[in-house]
Amino acid sequence: MAKSKKLRSVADYDRARKEASAQRNAYEARISIGCTSCSASDGRALLEAFQAEVARRGLQEKVLVRLSGCHGFCAKGPLVVFVPHRICYLKVKPSDVPEIIEETALKNNVIDRLVYRDPKTGQKCQLESQIPFYKRQLRLIMDYNKRLDPRDIGSYFAIDGYEGLIKALTRMEPEDVILEVKNSGLRGRGGAGFPTGFKWEFCRKAKGSSKFIICNADEGDPGAYMDRSVMESNPHSVLEGLIIGAYAIGADEGYVYIRNEYPIAVEHIKLAIAQAYEAGLLGKDILGTGFSFDVHVERGAGAFVCGEETALIASIEGRRGEPRQRPPFPATKGLYNKPTNINNVETLANIPLILTRGGSWYSHFGTRNSKGTKIFSLVGKVRNTGLVEVAMGSTFREIIYDIGGGIQDDRPFKAVQTGGPSGGCVPAEHLDQAIDYESLSKLGTIMGSGGMIVMDDRTCMVDVARYFMSFLRNESCGKCLTCREGTQRLWEILDDICEGRGKPGHLPLMEDLAHCVKDASLCGLGQTAGNPVLSTLRYFRDEYEEHISEKRCRAGVCKPLIEYRVVAEKCVGCLLCKKACPQDAITGELKQAHVIDGERCIKCGLCYAACKSDAVEHVKSRDLCHA
Amino acid sequence: MPRVTIDGLDLDAERGDTLLDAARHLGIEVPTLCHMEGLTPWGGCRLCIVEVGAGTRSRLVTSCTYPVEEGLKVRTNSKWVIKTRRMVIELMLGACSGSKELQDLAAKYRMEEMRFKPRHDDCILCGRCVRMCDEQMTGSAIGFLGRGQSLTINTPFDKPSAACRRCGGCMYVCPICTLRCQGPDAPTEVCGRCGSMAPTCSDVFEDYTCYMGAAGDCGTCVREEKKTAASLFCAPEPAKVTVGGK
Repeated sequence: MAKSKKLRSVADYDRARKEASAQRNAYEARISIGCTSCSASDGRALLEAFQAEVARRGLQEKVLVRLSGCHGFCAKGPLVVFVPHRICYLKVKPSDVPEIIEETALKNNVIDRLVYRDPKTGQKCQLESQIPFYKRQLRLIMDYNKRLDPRDIGSYFAIDGYEGLIKALTRMEPEDVILEVKNSGLRGRGGAGFPTGFKWEFCRKAKGSSKFIICNADEGDPGAYMDRSVMESNPHSVLEGLIIGAYAIGADEGYVYIRNEYPIAVEHIKLAIAQAYEAGLLGKDILGTGFSFDVHVERGAGAFVCGEETALIASIEGRRGEPRQRPPFPATKGLYNKPTNINNVETLANIPLILTRGGSWYSHFGTRNSKGTKIFSLVGKVRNTGLVEVAMGSTFREIIYDIGGGIQDDRPFKAVQTGGPSGGCVPAEHLDQAIDYESLSKLGTIMGSGGMIVMDDRTCMVDVARYFMSFLRNESCGKCLTCREGTQRLWEILDDICEGRGKPGHLPLMEDLAHCVKDASLCGLGQTAGNPVLSTLRYFRDEYEEHISEKRCRAGVCKPLIEYRVVAEKCVGCLLCKKACPQDAITGELKQAHVIDGERCIKCGLCYAACKSDAVEHVKSRDLCHA
Repeated sequence: MPRVTIDGLDLDAERGDTLLDAARHLGIEVPTLCHMEGLTPWGGCRLCIVEVGAGTRSRLVTSCTYPVEEGLKVRTNSKWVIKTRRMVIELMLGACSGSKELQDLAAKYRMEEMRFKPRHDDCILCGRCVRMCDEQMTGSAIGFLGRGQSLTINTPFDKPSAACRRCGGCMYVCPICTLRCQGPDAPTEVCGRCGSMAPTCSDVFEDYTCYMGAAGDCGTCVREEKKTAASLFCAPEPAKVTVGGK
C-alpha cells in the first residue's frame, strides 16, 4: 500500500496519480476479491487464502492480491476478478484457491465451474460484463468499486480520484460548482428527492460566520444497504463529494454521521479521512488553494429516526435524537444553530462524477425530472439478489426480470416493496412503470433510499404491512402522539386481522388513522408511516377482506388462520416432511401417504417448505370453520 | 410585523410569535395539551394542529411551534383539521382512558366512541414535566427514556436522582394525573360524565353542572343537548350526541 506524501499543489497531485497508476500496472496480474459486502459470505477468509497461496509460490512480485469494493452480485458472492483478463469467478471458496492460482493466474486457463452460467440459456459468461445481471445495468458509481482497494488512497488516485475536487478548487468559483450541480439535475438520494444544487444554494446564501456540511450515512431501512456498500467500497468518492460540497456552500467543518452497525464502513471512512489528511486533501490550505476543511466521524447509536435531518443534528449535538419543526430549515439554522447542509451518501458519491464529466453529461441519463442513476438493493424472492444501479426511468420489469433474473423457483410475482418501511407495495399491474420520484409517489410509495423487496405469491400482504408497522412503532422517536400511538394502534389492528380477530370496522378505521398519522405527524418518518397500510389497502384490499370476513390467508402466512395437511394423492411418501417436522407430528411409512396430526402441529411450515411434490398444502383452519 | 390571516381575520403579529399566539390574540380557541405558558413550545401532542397554505400545497402543522410568516393563510377549523384532531383525541383517549381532561375534550368534540382497545396509562408523554423540571426549576432531573413503544419519562436509569429536589413541579403541570376521572368507565370509554369537580360540562350544557351530585349521578350530561350550545363548537357538522354512552 502506497504511503502517500503530503500534496502541496496540483502538480504534486498529478505526480501522485501517475505514481499510483504506474505502481498498479507493474504487476502482471491483479486479483480483486470482494471483501466488503462479500465478507458476509466469508470474503476475508478467501483473501487470506489467496495471500497465503501467492506467498507460498513466491509470486508476490508478479501477482497483486487485493481486496476490492462491492461488486453488487450478492447472490453469487464472494466474487473474484482477474485483471487484465477480467475473468470473473463467482461463489469462490478458499479450497478453490490453489487451483485458481495454478490455472488462471499462471496458465491463463479459465476454470469452467466457477464462471457464471445463465440459468435460462446455459451460456457461460467468463467476463463480468457478459453476465446479464451486469449487462443491463448502468453502473456510474458502482463500477468504481471493483477497480479500487477501499483501504488505499493510491488506488483511488489511480482511477483519477479527487480530480473533481482539484477542478473545483482550482478552476471554479463556488457558484460555478453549484451551477454545475444544478445543471446536472441531481436530486437527493436519501428519499425526499430535493434538488441538490438548490439545497447547496440556500445554504451558500444563508448568513452565518461558519457553516457545516454533513454526510448522512445513517441508513436504516430493512433490506437496504446501498449507502453501506458505497461507504465500504469507495469511501474516498463520498469524501471527495463532501469536500466539494463544503467548498460550494462555504463550510469549514463537516461530519459523517454513520451508523455504528456498519463496522466496515466506519473503519473505511475513518481510514479514508486519515489518508486524505495525510495527503493534504483535508485540513488547512488544501493543495495551496487557501481552502480549509475538517471532517469528523460521528457514529449513530442505531435509532432509525436519526436519519431524519433535524434528529440527526440533535444527535450530533449530543441531545436526544428527536426531530423538530421546520422551518427554520437546517440551511438557515442547523447544527449548533449554524447554516448546515445535509446530503445522503449516494448523492455525494455522484458529485465527483458531475464535476469531472460535467452536469450536462450527467443530465443525459434518467427521465425529465429525475436525472442520473439510482442504486437499488434488490432483495427478497428474486433470483439475483444484490445491488443494482440503473438509470432513472428503468421499469420494475427490467430490474426484477432482466437484471434480477425473475422470481425464485419461478413462482408468480405478487408485489415489490420500495422505499423502506415507510414506502409502499407496487402490484404486478404496474410492473412496466418507469421508476422515478414522481411516478413512485403516484403509485402511493416513495423512492426512499432505494430498497426494493420482491415478493411472490407466498407473501401475505397483511403480514407485510404488519411487519413494517412493527418496525415503525419501535423506531418512532415517540415525540409525536400521532406517530407513536398511531403506528402502535395500526399495528394492533393489523395484528388482530392476522390473528383472526379482524372486524369489518377495522378497514375504515385503519384508513382514517393512517391518514391522520400522515397528515398530523412532525417529521418524514411519521408523515410516511401510513404508507405501508394505505398502499396495501389500495392494491390488496381483497386480501384484507378475506382475512376479516372469511378468516382466510391465501398465502398461508398467518398461522392462526391456516392448518397444514397432506394431499394423499400427491404424496409420494418420500419422508422429507416427516424428517423436517420438529414436533414429530407427521406419521407415515416410506412410499405411503403421510398424515399430519393437527393436535401436535405447531404450524411452523417446515413440511410445506420441504415437500418436493407440492403435496403439503395449507387450508383454512378447522377451528375457524367451526367458529 | 408579519401579517397573517387566521380564519379570515387579518392580524399584524409580532415577529417571533407562533400561530397559536396569534390565534389566541384574535380570541380563536385552539385546544392544546403539551403546550404551557412559560415552557418552550414542543409540538408533541399534535392537538393544536391548524391548516396552513392554500390549495394542494396546504398542510397541517402544530400552531404552537410554527412561527408566523408574512402572508400565511391559516385555518383553525377546517374540516380536515377537525377530522384529524378528533382522531388525535381518540388516540389520546385510547392511551389514557381515565383522564378527565381528555374525556372532556372528547365530549366537546362530540365524539361518541373510542374505537381502540382502552389502556390506562398514567402518562400521555406530553413532556410538560420534563420541560418544567428543566426550564423552570432548573432541575433537569427527569427526561425521556427509550423510543417508540418503550418511551417513558423518568430519572436516568430509572434510579432515584440526586438532582430531584422533590419540588412537585412535574406533578403540578401534569395534565393527566392531576385530574384523574373519578367516574366509572363507560363502555365506550368516552364518558364526558364529568365526575370530578372541574365544571367543564357547564360550557357544554348551559344550565347544568356536575356540582349537583356524585360522579355521574346528576345524569344531566346524557340528556338532550341545548340547541344554542351548538354555536359554541367548532365541529363542522351537527351530530346527535349521546355522550355517556347510555
